[in-house]
Amino acid sequence: MSTQRIPILKMGEFLLVTIQVEMDDQLAMFLQEDLTNKVKDTGARGVLMDISSLDIIDSFLGRMLCTIASMTRILDAETVVVGMQPAVAITLVELGLTLPGVLTALNVEKGMAILEERLRHGGEGANACDTGQRNAVGIQ
Amino acid sequence: MEERVPMHAILGNEMLSVSSEPDLIAVRNKARLHARAAGFGLTDETKLVTAVSELARNMISHGGGGQALIEDLEQNGRQGIRVTFTDRGPGIANIGQAMQDGYSSINGLGLGLPGARRLVHDFEIKSSAKEGTHIVIVRWNRC
Repeated sequence: MSTQRIPILKMGEFLLVTIQVEMDDQLAMFLQEDLTNKVKDTGARGVLMDISSLDIIDSFLGRMLCTIASMTRILDAETVVVGMQPAVAITLVELGLTLPGVLTALNVEKGMAILEERLRHGGEGANACDTGQRNAVGIQ
Repeated sequence: MEERVPMHAILGNEMLSVSSEPDLIAVRNKARLHARAAGFGLTDETKLVTAVSELARNMISHGGGGQALIEDLEQNGRQGIRVTFTDRGPGIANIGQAMQDGYSSINGLGLGLPGARRLVHDFEIKSSAKEGTHIVIVRWNRC
C-alpha cells in the first residue's frame, strides 16, 4: 500500500491526474513530489486534477489540493481541479473550506479549456492559498 | 445534571478501533453504510461521513487513536446516526479555543472540530487530561 502511486499522464502541454483511490498522508506526499518533478521534467504549463470519483473531501484532502495548486503555480503551471461532486461541494463549504486560490471546472473538457485559455493569453494566476479566509455557513 | 432522557431507540451499533489511516478509511466506509441503511440522501450522507473523517483523523493525530461507536437511532419515525469517538489521549487543554475556526495545534487549517460541528445536528465534547477526549455527533435524516 505504501508503494502505491497516483499515475500522472502527459497530454500535450498539460498533465492529467485522476484521483481514484482513498488518499492518505503517504499517497498525498508522493503525489506532491511526483507532480512537481513531472512539471519540472516536462515543462508542463498546466495540471488537470480529476476528482470526480472522490466521494468525500475532508480538511486534510482540501488542504492537499490547495498545497498542490500552490506548488505547481510556483513552478509556472496552473492546476485546475475538475469534476467535484455536488454533495462534496456543499459539504466543503459548510465545513468552512472554499479552496481559495484553486481553479475549478465542472469537467475535464472545461478544465482543459481554462488551461488553454490561460496558456494563450497568459492569464493572471489566482490568489495564493489563503488559509485565513473562511466562508463557513450554518447547518441546513 | 447532564443526564439526558433517552428520547430515541437504538436500532443497532458497531464499534470500531481507530488508530491508523486504514482504520480511518474503514470507519468512514462503515459510517456511510449506516447512513445509507438509515435512508440518508447523498448530501446528508456526505456531511456525516466528512464529519466522521475529521473527528477520526483528530483522534489518530492528537489522541493516539481510540474507538468509534456507530449507532443507528430512531426517534418519532425519523432515523439518525450517532457516532461516539473516545480516546485516552492527553485531552484538549482549551476546548473553547479548539472549537474556533482557524485554531490549529499542528499544521492543519484548524477546521476539524468547528467544521465537523457544522456538519451535524448534535455535537457534544468532553475532554480532560485524565479521561482523554469524548465527542458525540448525531446527524438525523431529513424527512
